[in-house]
Amino acid sequence: MSRSVATAAIRGAHAIHRRAEEALREAVSSHGEAARVSLPDTAYYLPVIYSMLGLKVQTLGDMKKALARAKELLPEVPTDRLWLPYLGDALDAGMATLFAEEVIEALKYLDGGTPAEGIWLGATSDGILRTQGIKLVDGRMPGFAACVGALPSTEEAVRLARDLQERNILVFMAGGTDGTSMAEQLAEAGVEMNWDTFLVPYGKDITAAVLALGFAARSAMTFGGIQPGGLEEARRILLYNKERVMAFVLALGEVDDEKFATAAGALNFGFPVIADTAIPQILPSGICTFEHVVSNVPREGIAQKAIDVRGLKIKVAKIPIPVMYGPAFEGERVRKGQVAVEFGGKHAPAFEYLRSRKIEEVEDGGIEVEGPDVGDVEEASALPLAIVVDVAGRKMQKDFESILERHIHTFLSEAMGVMHIGQRDIIWIRISRDAAAAGLRLRHLGVILRSKLLNDFPAIVDKVQVTLHTVRERVEALLPEAKAAYAERDERMGAMTDESVDTFYSCQLCQSYAPNHICIITPERLGLCGAYNWLDGKAAHQINPTGANQPVEKGECIDPVKGKWVEINRFVHEKSNRTIESFSAYSAMDDPMTSCGCFECILAILPDANGFMIVNREYLGQTPSGMTFSALAEAVGGGQQTPGFIGIGTRYILSRKFISADGGLRRIVWMTREIRERLGEALRRRCEESGGAGLYDMIADESVTTDPAELVEHLRKIGHPALGMEPLL
Amino acid sequence: MRRTVDRAAEKVLDAAAGHAPATVWDRSDAMEPRCGFGDLGICCTICLQGPCRIDPFGPPGQKGCCGADVDTIAARNFLRAVAAGAAAHSDHGRDIAGTLLHAAKGEAGGFRIADPVKLAAIAKELGVDAGGLAPEPLAEKVALACLDQFPRAPLPFMNRAPEALRKKWTKAGLRPKGIDREIVEALHRTHEGVDVDYRNILLSGMRVALADGWGGSMLATELSDVLFGSPSPIRSKANLGVLKADEVNIVVHGHEPALSDMVARAAREGELLEYARQRGARGINVCGLCCTSIELLMRQGYPVAGNFLSQELSLLTGSVELMVVDVQCVMPGLADIANCFHTELVTTSPKARMPGVTHIEFDESKARLTAHQIVRRAVDRFPQRRRDRVNIPDETMDLVAGFTVENIFSNLGGTFRSTFRPLNDAIISGRLRGVAAVIGCNNARVTHDEGHLAMTRELLARDVLVIQTGCSATACAKEGFLRPEAAIGIAGRGLREICEAVGIPPVIHMGSCVDNSRILRALCEVVREGGLGEDISDLPVAAAAPEAMSEKAVSIGCYAVASGIFTVFSPPPRVEGSRNVCEFLTSGMEEITGGRFSFERDPLKGAAEMVAHMDAKRTALGLPPAMYGAETAAAAPVEG
Repeated sequence: MSRSVATAAIRGAHAIHRRAEEALREAVSSHGEAARVSLPDTAYYLPVIYSMLGLKVQTLGDMKKALARAKELLPEVPTDRLWLPYLGDALDAGMATLFAEEVIEALKYLDGGTPAEGIWLGATSDGILRTQGIKLVDGRMPGFAACVGALPSTEEAVRLARDLQERNILVFMAGGTDGTSMAEQLAEAGVEMNWDTFLVPYGKDITAAVLALGFAARSAMTFGGIQPGGLEEARRILLYNKERVMAFVLALGEVDDEKFATAAGALNFGFPVIADTAIPQILPSGICTFEHVVSNVPREGIAQKAIDVRGLKIKVAKIPIPVMYGPAFEGERVRKGQVAVEFGGKHAPAFEYLRSRKIEEVEDGGIEVEGPDVGDVEEASALPLAIVVDVAGRKMQKDFESILERHIHTFLSEAMGVMHIGQRDIIWIRISRDAAAAGLRLRHLGVILRSKLLNDFPAIVDKVQVTLHTVRERVEALLPEAKAAYAERDERMGAMTDESVDTFYSCQLCQSYAPNHICIITPERLGLCGAYNWLDGKAAHQINPTGANQPVEKGECIDPVKGKWVEINRFVHEKSNRTIESFSAYSAMDDPMTSCGCFECILAILPDANGFMIVNREYLGQTPSGMTFSALAEAVGGGQQTPGFIGIGTRYILSRKFISADGGLRRIVWMTREIRERLGEALRRRCEESGGAGLYDMIADESVTTDPAELVEHLRKIGHPALGMEPLL
Repeated sequence: MRRTVDRAAEKVLDAAAGHAPATVWDRSDAMEPRCGFGDLGICCTICLQGPCRIDPFGPPGQKGCCGADVDTIAARNFLRAVAAGAAAHSDHGRDIAGTLLHAAKGEAGGFRIADPVKLAAIAKELGVDAGGLAPEPLAEKVALACLDQFPRAPLPFMNRAPEALRKKWTKAGLRPKGIDREIVEALHRTHEGVDVDYRNILLSGMRVALADGWGGSMLATELSDVLFGSPSPIRSKANLGVLKADEVNIVVHGHEPALSDMVARAAREGELLEYARQRGARGINVCGLCCTSIELLMRQGYPVAGNFLSQELSLLTGSVELMVVDVQCVMPGLADIANCFHTELVTTSPKARMPGVTHIEFDESKARLTAHQIVRRAVDRFPQRRRDRVNIPDETMDLVAGFTVENIFSNLGGTFRSTFRPLNDAIISGRLRGVAAVIGCNNARVTHDEGHLAMTRELLARDVLVIQTGCSATACAKEGFLRPEAAIGIAGRGLREICEAVGIPPVIHMGSCVDNSRILRALCEVVREGGLGEDISDLPVAAAAPEAMSEKAVSIGCYAVASGIFTVFSPPPRVEGSRNVCEFLTSGMEEITGGRFSFERDPLKGAAEMVAHMDAKRTALGLPPAMYGAETAAAAPVEG
């Protein structure tokens, strides 16, 4: 911390703290200390204050406490000579600033008020945090830029916004320079600003910048599962941000004391400051991963410089297609009225099939389309489709086919105007009218697949060719080969048992946002996300030996029924940061496996029914547990062991080891219709195997009831076996 | 040989030349030629059959009359020096523990628990069950747990060391059996006709020293923080100019913090200030010498008049009403000089009395009364001060002191991100080449302060952050190296970037000589923070005592080496008569703990060795070379 920066930051902290005290004094005099105050739609109170102090601000009186704590942190301004160390002081001043700013921002909501008007969005709800924040922590969105100030011209503001958008960086905007702000500049240029465009104007006052840090703090609490409390928890929340939330501050235009103070607050989170003016630089690292303050950066290169300083790794794979491409478009839906053409779904057969070939059999870059293309058919018509991807590589193996194939979904979804749903032979693809008008054709899907496969799997993929068929006869002729391959893959997996192997695989992919969670994937229990089975784990380990999937020797078996092994426990203990000591592979009741947040389904205990229910992520309604999926997800996620509640992959339900220690399928008293449909005949067969004839039909769904008492009544009436089993509790 | 490079000291010496009593330098000159046998450590006076000596120029195989060879003789002499040094530090620690115990029981008038947070932290480390105890009863338990380290193992603070180092200690049999026990055993071992194997004797020396560094000294530091408050960065001044022409000057001297803390408090009291004014003084000025002074500096910012070789000079200014001394490094020559002025010299420790000198024994239960009595006596002397004999040099220098392991954490990361990471990162990136502890005494046989300053200046220019304690820190304080703005003039570019980022001086003052334990702890934290190896010996760090004088310094050198630190020690500790002993200390130890001595006398060559050592450690860790390796301080441009 250069002394002049520290001095400015500490001065600014005092000023903002005074502002907050004044604003609060006024509010208290008109409303009284007991008046309630909160930011909208969040369970995290004033999130920065809550996360750092464990203080739940709910009234104006609580705000006084928060400001008192901020005051304790306010250091003296460094002297001109013989100064005392100021780095720690400036960081403390920054934190005090954030507390004061959060108070100021929250007071704007007092008495039903809101700062959200015009282009300004105000504070972010927990709902948006969940959908957007997860992308930040799992890497889909590489980071966020907190832009404070304004650019010299509207054109430059637009260019910066586009630079950041192109890199999928979320842009928060607050504060201004000389009376104008970046967001106002973008508005003037007609740039659309909202969460969908990754451009989020928080507020014109510099204090609104704290909302970006509130977002960061909540990310650590929501996805990191860190409960605030004392200093140690605060530190963990900040380090979570330093290590996982790749954010930075762009200081645009003149940096005044209050901006320095706010930036010092951001430094606590490990978010560096990149400025386009000549403020003093702070090059040594330690609080941030790399430099703390880099200044005088030319505006043309400021986005790239920020990315370098934050240590972000962005592979900007420019894919030569006529529409925009990036994770920002992954979740986009193409609705009925917008469809240019669709494939598969209910209307026509469609499948995707990736196979490995010998090097000489694949012509890299060869993309063929056989049959009618987008634009050749009437608008909104449905076509059959076969996507056959031939991959070759010196290190390519048959086991990798299914892993690569599963990535087709993401690869295609990320093109703007392309919607892809499902996998294998149940795919459904829509292409929007806008995309078609921009010139998107089927061959571009091939271009995407080739670029992404080569780019994302350079270790195993050397050559890719893609064939897309839209003639029904050809599609139907090719389908049996694909189906045979799917069946063979399932067969290979299906024949394996946990006893037949000595080694399971770990999956730590989700530790990016649930640091204490670790998946153990066994042949008979796939990952809770449903995306990784044991073979996938094995293959992923071969692709990347130091990656997130590691072989774990089982070691001596402690309990064959519950599924406990010495070495597995040792591994889980170590990799869960010593939080989970013991783990059962086959029980939801005794030391169950933890969950990150990605589970396809949640299995939850229904004590009165002496059994379990299963609900899938897509189901929005009420369940007999009295909680919706999202309410249950709160209890299950974040890497904690909650007996009676586990997150599972859908196909685990079909496993012979499905909660076998607790009684298996005979314990299932309710599941959503969607799960039942997804598993289809296979579920009926497994029910018959494990519970005798009739069990399948005894499992209730939402059409029977979602009321717990009614459910028990129903179960009693039909004689569900769970009621007669050994008590779960 | 030039006597001093300290301008203030030089002025006082010049003014006194010819008509003042002899000083340490005069007496040192009179000692020449010194006895070569003694100097080389090959004169044995252990039994009454001797003295025996080995002729360094004679044929090999010479023996003393009992048959002890040169290695045995040198090793035994060395071990006795280590044991004496360890005894001094540890007895100091014992006294602090005793004061804490009495304070806890309410039997030490005026002493209270100043840092209950640190008390709780130490209790946890010592395995003392805090169980909701109030500070006093907890302090009692902690004090007893510390006192229990004197007769027996374990020494729980050794658990602070990295695991790799602890394993080395266990493997080499270097785990002390108790602080007192090791000292007693060392004396037994060196009795005539006991241990003859020089390696065995020297290893015993390492064990005694570890009992000092990780035992006696460390508990002295920790309990002093509990009792007198943990330091935080603080401004003050150094050099003889801190003596005041119009105030009552009380100089505290020695090593212990307890009495001086009380004297400083008494001197602030209105009643005594009024008493001083009645006697024509504008106030009461408390300043100090050696480590007693540093204890007051670190915690309360009291000025430092000088280091070991300045003690007689402070009296020669004719401005000191009273000098109150406790233990260690108090020259007997002070009494002669005090007698030539109006100065009253007061001894306070039952362990340290002087014939013909006022003795006011320090009794903790009457600490406040004793302090009052001392201050009042000082004021009483003020009217006797002879203005015509007052010669206070105007040299003073600003400084920032008060660094500890705990506050380095918060200085680097603030309340919420308290961390050593910026320090580790600075080393890893090569902005800092490494960290050097330059510590130790003054020695009349080398030019006063020259070794400290020359070596420190060289290290700073080469991007080495310098940590200091004791008389070495005072030397650099007087020269201005402890001012944060000093980084601009004398630090290399990388070091300067760090100093500017954090707001620290390029030289970090960590306290008195028992506070070298803070340096050990800091190094453990650096290892724990990660990225720089697994053991202290992996770190690009080094230590030096370029003007070593006392047996305490010998003990400190040994515990540094036994903790894996490369240590330049000069003048050498009287072992040069034995090639084997020298070789064991300067290379054999490296195989055991990774640390070793160098006995290089030239401070610049010593600094070069330290720099080379850091570079070698950097290479071994796979780190890049120092970032601005080729640039010197003078060549580095100033930035932002």
